[in-house]
Parts: sequence; C-alpha cells; structure tokens
Amino acid sequence: MADITLDGIGHAYGGAPRSEADYALKPIHHVWESGKAYALLGPSGCGKTTLLNIISGLVIPSHGRLLFGDRDVTRLPTEQRNIAQVFQFPVIYDTMTVAENLAFPLKNRGMARPQIEKRVGEIAAMLDLVPDLGRRARGLTADAKQKISLGRGLVRSDVSAVLFDEPLTVIDPALKWELRSKLKAVHRALDLLMIYVTHDQVEALTFADKVVVMNDGRAVQIGTPTELFERPEHTFVGYFIGSPGMNLLRGEVSGAEARVDGHVLPLGAAYPNLAGGASVKLGIRPDYATLTQGEGLPVTVTRIDDLGRKLLAHVSLGGAGAQSLVASVPRGMGVDLGPARLRLDPAKTHVYHDERRVEGRSLTAGRAA
Amino acid sequence: MDTRAFANRAWLFVVPVMIVVLFSSLTPMMTVVNYSFQDTMGQNNFFWNGVGWFQNLLDPTTAVGQRFQGSLLRNLLFSAVVLAIEVPLGIAVSLCIPKSGWRVGAALVLIALPLLIPYNVVGVIWQLFSRTDIGLLGVGLTAAGVPFNVTQDAASAWFVIIVMDVWHWTSMLALLCYAGLKAIPDAYYQAARIDGANRWSVFRNIELPKLRKVLVIGMLLRFMGSFMIYTEPFTVTGGGPGEATSFLSIDLVKMALGQVDLGNAAAYSLVYNLITLTVCWVFFTYTTHADQKDAA
Repeated sequence: MADITLDGIGHAYGGAPRSEADYALKPIHHVWESGKAYALLGPSGCGKTTLLNIISGLVIPSHGRLLFGDRDVTRLPTEQRNIAQVFQFPVIYDTMTVAENLAFPLKNRGMARPQIEKRVGEIAAMLDLVPDLGRRARGLTADAKQKISLGRGLVRSDVSAVLFDEPLTVIDPALKWELRSKLKAVHRALDLLMIYVTHDQVEALTFADKVVVMNDGRAVQIGTPTELFERPEHTFVGYFIGSPGMNLLRGEVSGAEARVDGHVLPLGAAYPNLAGGASVKLGIRPDYATLTQGEGLPVTVTRIDDLGRKLLAHVSLGGAGAQSLVASVPRGMGVDLGPARLRLDPAKTHVYHDERRVEGRSLTAGRAA
Repeated sequence: MDTRAFANRAWLFVVPVMIVVLFSSLTPMMTVVNYSFQDTMGQNNFFWNGVGWFQNLLDPTTAVGQRFQGSLLRNLLFSAVVLAIEVPLGIAVSLCIPKSGWRVGAALVLIALPLLIPYNVVGVIWQLFSRTDIGLLGVGLTAAGVPFNVTQDAASAWFVIIVMDVWHWTSMLALLCYAGLKAIPDAYYQAARIDGANRWSVFRNIELPKLRKVLVIGMLLRFMGSFMIYTEPFTVTGGGPGEATSFLSIDLVKMALGQVDLGNAAAYSLVYNLITLTVCWVFFTYTTHADQKDAA
C-alpha cells in the first residue's frame, strides 16, 4: 500500500489541447495518502470520472505522470495496477452465484481456494450478503446487485486503492444512508485508500476525510468538510457546498471595509493587497447572515422559507436592482415580509477576487502592534 | 352514461383482418385438411378415409412412411449441422466486426450481402460453382484430387448444400449477435479489466450470457429456415443423388405435385406443419419462461 501521486496529470480527449478549454481534466498535482477516504465532488461533466478512470487505467492521461508509491504506472494497463473500481450501475456476472461473483477478482489472480473462501466470507459478512451467497446473481434486486459490485471492489486486500464512481446512484434513498455508513465502517476496518466520486455533497462530506471539489476540469479546493464549509477557497466551492449555498455579493473593498449597493460593511480583516475600490465578491454563508432586532443593515424581506428545523429569509439590500441574499432567522424571532435588520458576521465574511478567496491581514494583529 | 359499451365497436376494426386471414390461410388449410381425411378416384368424387392417410404416413413399414421418416431424419440432421456451424461462426464473426469508424458500415454491408440474394439465385450460384466442368469449386477440388461430384456422390451434395446454407445465413446470426454485443454497456468490460478477467473469461461470463436472448431468436429463425428449406437445395441437387438430399419440403412437393398423391401429401403437410408449430411453441415457452425467471 502506498500513496498515489498525480504529478501534473491532465487529460484532453483526442490528444493535443490548444487551449485550457480543451482539457477535460486540467493538469493537477495531488497526493492521495494511503489509508484515507477521499471524495471527488463536483457537478456532472466536471472531470471527476475522467480523473478516476485515469487512476484506474481505463483512461491514459495525455499529460503528466501517475505514481503508485515510487512506481510510475501512467501507461500500465488496468489489470497490472492493483486497483479496484465500483461503477455507477451494478455490474454483475449474470451466470455466476453471488459467491462466485465475489470470488471472481481473486480467482483471476490465482489465489488459493481456501483463502478465496475466507475472504469472500468476510466481505459478504460486512455487506450482509451471507444469506444470498449461494444464489444466482441474476435475479437479485438493484440494491443487492450493487452490493455485489461493492463487494467485488473490496474483496482484494492488496489493492492500492478502491475507487467508487457514484456507486449509490441506483440505491434506494433509505438504503443509501445504511450503505454509506457501511462503506465508512469498511474503510475503517480495511484501512484502504478510497476515492469516492459523487455529485452529492452530503455523500461526499459524510464519507470523506478530505474532499476534492472539482469544477470545469479543475480541482478548485481540497480540504476537510469543515474547511470547505468555513473557508471556501473559490466562489464555486462556496456556492456548491452548503444548502443553500454561500451568498455572493458584488461590491468594492477598501482596507477593512466593503461597499455593497451603497451599504458599508465591516470586514474581519484588512485587504491592503487589493487596490482601493477593487471590484470583488463578498461571500457569506446564510448561517452567518442573520436577521436581528438590534443594530444592522436595513433590508427588505421578500420571501420566507420554512425548512422545519429553521427559517430562511430572502432579503433584498433595498432599492431597485439591488442584490439579494439568503439569511437565517434566529430561533424565536418573529419575521414578516417587509423591512428588517440584517447582521453579517465580519469574521465569516470572505473576499473573493477573480473568484478566488483573498487572504486578508488580521485586524487584531494590526491593532495589537 | 356508460361509455364502455361503445368500446365493443373496436372489434369491427379486426373484421377486415379476419376476412383476409380466412382467405389467405384458413381456407387453403381446410382444403388440405379435407384431402387428408378423404380419398378420391377422380371426377371430384370423394369418400371418407378417416385417419388412414395418417396411419400410413406414420407407419415406417409402409413406402410412404419410409419416405417421410427418411426425409424427416435427413432434415433434422441438416438443421442440426447448419445450426452447429452457423451459431458459433456467427458469434465469432460478430466479435470481429469493428466497433466504430467507417469500417463498421463497410463490414456490415459486406456481411449483409448474402442475405440480399434471392434464394433461387443462391441455388444457381452454388450449382454452377460446384460443377466439375465449369465451376470454380468443382474444378478446383477435382484438380486437387478430391473425389467430388454433386450429381453422383451424396457426400459431395451434402457438402455443397451445407456450405451454401452457411454462406447464405451465417450473416444473419452475425448481425443479430453484433446488435446484442453493441447493447452491452462499457462498464461491463471496464469491470472485467478491473477484475483481471482474460479475453476468454470476458466472452464466457459477459458476452455470451448477454447474447443469450438474441441467440435464442437466431437459433429459432435458423431452425425454421433450415427445417423448411426448399429452393436452394432443390436448385443445386433436385433432392438427389437418389434421395440423398430430399428434405421434407422437397419430398412433399414431389409427392403432391409430381405424383399427385393428394391424400398422403395432405397428411404429410399437416404433420410437417404440426412439427414446426410444436418447435415454435417450445421455443416460445422456453424464452418467456426464462424471461420470467430473470424478472423474479
């Protein structure tokens, strides 16, 4: 077991890319540490499956090198890579029993029969497939079939990584939770590097130690779920993670203040690197934009969404053509359509220039000096 | 108001079809049934013969029974041989057809060519091809020292007829299998690579099971085609030498039109028809039964 290194891996279908836009996957450097669980998160067509297929060898990248430990495997065929992969739709061998399906990857690699049986038994127990072991795989439900696919992915103990390509798409929602926690448990038990592709943020955040957020063929941020939530490095991450996503407001920044639609907002840090009056975006999550009965920006509530466990208010910053944002309504506070006051937490307000987060200079440090 | 009563008018739309079916198959069929239970001495005088013709036909000690049994066995052997060759060959050809690019179209057109040739033309082509005086195959084999003569040697006649059928019909199985192969999602092949399966294993565990349904249909069509074959072997050998290539249809036509043995021929055709129907029914119940097992 070893780390997997993407050394400038990029891919353009059809070879020679002429511009950035020709890449299905823009060159990326990243080390997948052995024993960790990663999620590749992004909308459809963002290049996550391409990246996964490059690691498994189903796609040979047009650029860069792929290392398993110190070994360059960029051009090695799939069968020689020691990778397991589970696909979006269940792939089972119709004519075999469940047990034979699970044993198939081991049998092909010439493992001894007693060992195969032992391993198949272990994996079947983990996935609750023991009662079905003797049955023909053909007649089973989609859920059970996908469990078999998962099992075939997990059955080899010597793999460098197990890759999952949206494996729970066909699974019934109620079972999804169960299978996901099962996968998590399997990960803990087997201590394998797992990479899990999904477009579902809940799936990504609950499964992974680290999430790679991808957009338009680019890895825009790699971080823990908390990092992605608290400090999105890219407006896309802010918008894509969280439900609803981060509010993004066009405005200008000078020093430690921002100007949005005529309002002056204090910021948690100073931005001397941005030219005075630089046009930027301010990002603040609805969780940190709260309606208040005390001091605050004068706004107009235009819509209220009752999510059951919390209330969200859509507020306009006033005036025609003004921007609007989503804010939380504190528990117990009555709210109506019409004028209200809004408080934005300066420490949680991020500044984005060119869609990327700008690191400010801490105000407290400045004051202390 | 209950409007459902008016829905019965829908049956009226079926009436024209019923009339056509009545004239196209039911009436001619009843004529045959008529002949099979009666006998005539001419002058359009018929008298009842009960199941006499059938007893005669199914009793192998009679002349007619012997003829029927011989033709049936020959025909079953012929069907078995062509199926045994065409099915594996069709699968093999379908696996070799390119999967993308302009070569797909070129390959499919080339493969489909034999299917576009009229049956009697196929017969003429092979009749000429196998002649020992002007046919390339006949002349070639004779020159190579192989004893070959379609008109005198039963083995030669069988050889030509089987090769001809394989040439004519393997394409259909190849095209059916190709369609079946195209329907297998890429993920299966990818998973097989991940699982370390070799080429044979991919064929055995993925491709062949996924081809099962098209193969059942293909085998049914080919069985029926070869079991009812007439034009091509008749053009090549005329059923000979002797009776060697007299299959059921050839023998039946000889009996009905050559010898005008109407009673025997009528019983013959009904039994022949019953055999084909039975095989169809067995295939049908087998496939639907297998589908139900899949769905369960």
